[in-house]
Amino acid sequence: MKTLALERAGIILGIMLLATLPFWVGNAYYINVASQILLFAVLALALNILVGYGGLVSLGHAGLFAIAGYTAALMLENGYGHLAADLSALAMVLVAAAVFGVLALRTTGIGFLMITLALGQIVWGVAYRWQSLTHGDNGVNVSSRPEPFGISLAGPESFYFATLIVFLVAIAAMALFVRSPFGASLRGTRDQARRMNALGYNVWLIRFVAFLVSGFWTGVAGLLFIYYNGFISPQVAALQTSAEALLMVISGGTATLLGPIAGAAIVVIMKNVVSAYVERWNMALGIIFVLIITFMPEGLVPGSVRLAKLGWQAWRKTGATGRAARETAS
Amino acid sequence: MNQWLILAVNSIALGGLLFLLSAGFSLIFGLMRIPNLMHGSFFMLGAYFGVSILANGYNFWLAALLSGAAMAVIGALVERFLLRRLAGQELAQVLLTLGLSFVVADACLMVWTGDPVQPPTPAHLAGALRVAGLFFPLYRVAVIVIAVVVAVALWLMVDWTRLGAMIRAGVDDAPIARVVGIRVSQLFTLIFALGAGIAAFGGVIGAPILSVYPGLDGEMLPLALIVVILGGTGSLLGALVGSFVIGLIYNFGQAMLPDLAYVILFLPMVLVLVLRPQGLFGKVVP
Repeated sequence: MKTLALERAGIILGIMLLATLPFWVGNAYYINVASQILLFAVLALALNILVGYGGLVSLGHAGLFAIAGYTAALMLENGYGHLAADLSALAMVLVAAAVFGVLALRTTGIGFLMITLALGQIVWGVAYRWQSLTHGDNGVNVSSRPEPFGISLAGPESFYFATLIVFLVAIAAMALFVRSPFGASLRGTRDQARRMNALGYNVWLIRFVAFLVSGFWTGVAGLLFIYYNGFISPQVAALQTSAEALLMVISGGTATLLGPIAGAAIVVIMKNVVSAYVERWNMALGIIFVLIITFMPEGLVPGSVRLAKLGWQAWRKTGATGRAARETAS
Repeated sequence: MNQWLILAVNSIALGGLLFLLSAGFSLIFGLMRIPNLMHGSFFMLGAYFGVSILANGYNFWLAALLSGAAMAVIGALVERFLLRRLAGQELAQVLLTLGLSFVVADACLMVWTGDPVQPPTPAHLAGALRVAGLFFPLYRVAVIVIAVVVAVALWLMVDWTRLGAMIRAGVDDAPIARVVGIRVSQLFTLIFALGAGIAAFGGVIGAPILSVYPGLDGEMLPLALIVVILGGTGSLLGALVGSFVIGLIYNFGQAMLPDLAYVILFLPMVLVLVLRPQGLFGKVVP
């Protein structure tokens, strides 16, 4: 009971901090970084449904992210309204997720990963090579942000609040999803697929629906991304984006709600900081990957705690033996 | 007519290069269950090594062999000191190789800059071969011959030597192979080094055709992936057939539907996944 109350207080405090962030941060640059964190957190949460709760590691989510972005951007360019463009983008990403799911869910584990990777590369190939449709490397400009209920989202603060609302809806939906019987059955297919099958669950269908839900929220993140950036190019669909999203999930710790958010914050902040000083973000990304996997396979947050404990124990041990040595000497 | 024939020769040459790339990928995946996401990096890094060795005035073939040998050593080190620690954790191995591929890509950009390099074809292969009144670019024919020679050598090794028997035993059932005294972990290092070496060799051989540029790794890796999904994992014959199929589709697609060439490339993979998920020559893995 007590922990529940503490948890509630923590959540309320967190929401209050996020809701007042523009007032105590002030600087537009940092507000924009906060918007980036929130929008990538939506992507990481979406990917975590598959990676964390479903045990299915996808390296093709950049493809879905880009499909939503490109659909909306191209429709806006051709004179459609924001509502039509956004709804079509979400419909499109659901169709794409269904196709991805049908193909990739023929296997699990490594096979799943390889097929999603290949499918993501197809999307990249279309974005890069089909010049008459996507303008290739030049990308597509998104000249305006939507104005829901007549409120302009052009400024960094208003866009931050819009992103925050979407983010809160996303995390509430994820929390409900994870705690629902369906979420429990998804975790069941991750841990004991064969038993779930024997119990009469349709394992394939559960995974497929999880893929659709994940794809839908990836599409939402893709829409936020194009409105934030005002631009989309094939780079968004590249393997690197999928890898970054995966890094967010695993660095924060999988199969938790807060992990991917922490991971998104870590990756976005690092990316902004590292890019400000050096041009070698890719190398930093790769090295971080290698270090996390070699030393903290369980994720940055739990991993740091474990390493800190180990260091503390080692320190106390050497301290103790040092004292013992001094005592015997005297 | 002649134009189509040339296109066919080019396609088969590209298929040969793809085989050099994916033979190692397929063996590594078949034996070790590691989808080595840095295989494209081996190819690109090998090609860059070759370019640098050539720039120092060495012979082309020597450059290809030296680069292959250097990459075999690097591959062995990666396997022994990084991947070995993660034995059995497939996901961690995938992510590790993915991370390393980013490091390699960025390091190449730093050392060899972003400008594409295209080493000239070796002088004695610069001309054209004249057969029955038709001219074929000699170098492409040489690439096809090399790929076939490597394929036959690998096939002989896997099917007819003691080492090959040990590898096949490891692929079929690693724990039992260990029980009967085969040092599977040494085989792992060897296969990884061999795969990396052949990929690098292929990178140098392919450099006069494809040229070497940043992003080459990211373009080659999905090709290796679809070749292996198409042909079936761990099957050399599958890798060979898959390579030629993809080589043909890529070049003919490029010539006829340039906008969609990249998409068409993936269609056979989708078909195979739907109709025969284990690949054309793959065995069903329980």
